[in-house]
Amino acid sequence: MSDITSSAFIREDLVAERPAPVKTTGFIGLVRTRLFNSPTNILLTIAGALLLWFTIVPSVKFLVVDAVWSGNDRTSCLAETAGFAVGACWPYIQAKLPQLIYGFYPEAERWRVNLTLVLAVVLLLPLLIPRLPAKGFNAGLFFFAFPMVAFFLLHGGGLGGFGLSWTAGLLQLFDDSIIGAGQAVLSLSKSSSIGPLLWVVGNLILLVGTAIYWLIYPLTWLRDQLQGTGQSVWTDFAITAVVVTLIAFFLGGGVRAGWRALASSIAAFVAVAIIIKLMGLDHGGLPIVQTNLWGGLLVTLVVSVTGIVTSLPIGIVLALGRRSTIPLIRIFSIAFIEFWRGVPLITVLFFATYMLPLFLPGNFTVDGLVRALIGISLFTGAYQAENVRGGLAAIPRGQGEAAAALGLSWWKMTSLIVLPQALRHVIPNLVNSFISLFKDTSLVSIVALFDLLGSLRASFSDPKWSTPSTAFTGFAFAGIIYFIFCFGMSRYSLFVEHRLNAHRRN
Amino acid sequence: MSNSPIVKISGLNKWYGEFHVLRDIDLSVEKGERIVICGPSGSGKSTLIRCINALEEFQEGEIVVDGIELGPNLKHVDAVRREVGMVFQSFNLFPHLTVLENCTLAPIWVRNIPKKDAEINAMKFLERVKIPHQANKFPGQMSGGQQQRVAIARALTMNPKVMLFDEPTSALDPEMVKEVLDTMVDLAREGMTMLVVTHEMGFAREVANRVVFMDAGQIIEANTPNEFFANPQHARSKLFLSQILR
Repeated sequence: MSDITSSAFIREDLVAERPAPVKTTGFIGLVRTRLFNSPTNILLTIAGALLLWFTIVPSVKFLVVDAVWSGNDRTSCLAETAGFAVGACWPYIQAKLPQLIYGFYPEAERWRVNLTLVLAVVLLLPLLIPRLPAKGFNAGLFFFAFPMVAFFLLHGGGLGGFGLSWTAGLLQLFDDSIIGAGQAVLSLSKSSSIGPLLWVVGNLILLVGTAIYWLIYPLTWLRDQLQGTGQSVWTDFAITAVVVTLIAFFLGGGVRAGWRALASSIAAFVAVAIIIKLMGLDHGGLPIVQTNLWGGLLVTLVVSVTGIVTSLPIGIVLALGRRSTIPLIRIFSIAFIEFWRGVPLITVLFFATYMLPLFLPGNFTVDGLVRALIGISLFTGAYQAENVRGGLAAIPRGQGEAAAALGLSWWKMTSLIVLPQALRHVIPNLVNSFISLFKDTSLVSIVALFDLLGSLRASFSDPKWSTPSTAFTGFAFAGIIYFIFCFGMSRYSLFVEHRLNAHRRN
Repeated sequence: MSNSPIVKISGLNKWYGEFHVLRDIDLSVEKGERIVICGPSGSGKSTLIRCINALEEFQEGEIVVDGIELGPNLKHVDAVRREVGMVFQSFNLFPHLTVLENCTLAPIWVRNIPKKDAEINAMKFLERVKIPHQANKFPGQMSGGQQQRVAIARALTMNPKVMLFDEPTSALDPEMVKEVLDTMVDLAREGMTMLVVTHEMGFAREVANRVVFMDAGQIIEANTPNEFFANPQHARSKLFLSQILR
């Protein structure tokens, strides 16, 4: 042992490579090392196999093996005619497909829905693929131009005026409600014990209302003059374009730095003009299709896409508001978030559909679909606010301090440093809410909007297709459609997460 | 103009609730002067330099930076912050941006410099801190010392007139302290006005014009490094020095 030299070693023959005695690779290796390598794993493997057997096999049997693939009415899907226990009745889906996609949208106008969907896909796909250029332009088209075009495509109708008329109309509505309130208070003052006080208050409100009336009189007068001419839309458009462009120019920095703002404003208005001309909005546009005729997948997509696109900005604003140091903003945000989170979506939809019209001034109506859209956006916005707040809370204080020390304003610090990091932290939560929103859109069927699920259920009552498996087939089909969209969102969010978190991989 | 101090702090008082953290601080810093602020933890040294670029608010007194007045109402915060660069103990680089983007962000968004020029300028500073080849890495892929040098470069891209260092080497491994200190020594040689909160007494001896010793929210003693280390006057400074220089 003490002889150190005896531990010296020199290899004389190199050992040749030989296969492992127990196979650890390939299928056999997998079975041996992963599936049956311990008593627990053997049990789990058997349980897993049984689970697959009891789920996959019956599904495939129902959807494919025992399914009926062609036929003209219910008889082909009955066991007596087919000669076996019938599974899915696919001819029923085939016959009802238009209804499931378009609802009661008039057949002659369905090309408009198709065109909108094609436009959406053409604009959305390049936005989702990071490698393609011109993201800013593309996003502008998708988030601003597309909603406008989609509205006039799907709903139809044209323009009676433009910015000037709208502003005048809004201001007039506002003023009318002030004067209305003043008159209501005055009429109360006759019968109340604090009559004189109410009289004074009512007259004050009336005075304010009258003052506003004269203040906006030039605007309303100009609007009335415009409506008299034959070219009211284009004149109004030109005035609006000039005013907005000038404002953009001077807010953008005037002669010194405002040329960019000027150019983009002009470009935007030219684009709007092209859309107006192309779609003939200046003389009536396409025939109007009321939203109560919309249905099926169309409604599901309109509601979910609008909800997804609007809820995130709402959520971001509310989350920032909730962390604000200004008490009024903070309290408002907290109250808003807690209110919408504390109320079930069904209640929100009922309220928006049946009770809101009672509160609005007499001749002021909002379309039923729009009311549901607003309700869903605000509801999801409140949830997104809490998701975003979670991300904001994960950003160390030092980040904000470093940005401030470099001289960045609060807005730049928030949009360049804090939000980009916060949103990356919470991508899974955000997409979770999007997916749950997509599925929650089926709740609009309780307020008489026929989304995919609503149209499906309506189609069950057709005696022509009443078979024992009709309902199962329908729900299986709806399930597959929902799954495709939700799984797509889920996979895409994983991709985005992976890409945006490049900085966290070493 | 050249004779007036670039930073002048007078009658500065600050409270955290009831706790009086800074008491009657008067300090003026000449252009090109290097000041090291030391003292036991909790003595208010970090709070003091964070007041200079308004990361902390204060209740009484006045700070004037390069002629810009910063009172308790923090009116000219943005103007002051543009002139003052800051390096933090925990680096505070922006993790979602590359090193180069970290260094061009403020010039582009605060000074409105075109992206190309900002990048050329940033590369110049990255070369000065000796990490130009890491420009396209993310901060998380670098060592602490490298990150701190990027943080110094990032502050320098704004061409500050004064640099504040808040314990820049306290979060670093001993072997990385040197590379950061070397960068700071280079910066001092080029004539940058620096206020450094640090426990690195070697650095203080080598580059400081003045050492300011703080305890319990007040300045106890301020002197040239030679005088301060060899011949501390106040009992509190003597105790402090005897504890850290063994």
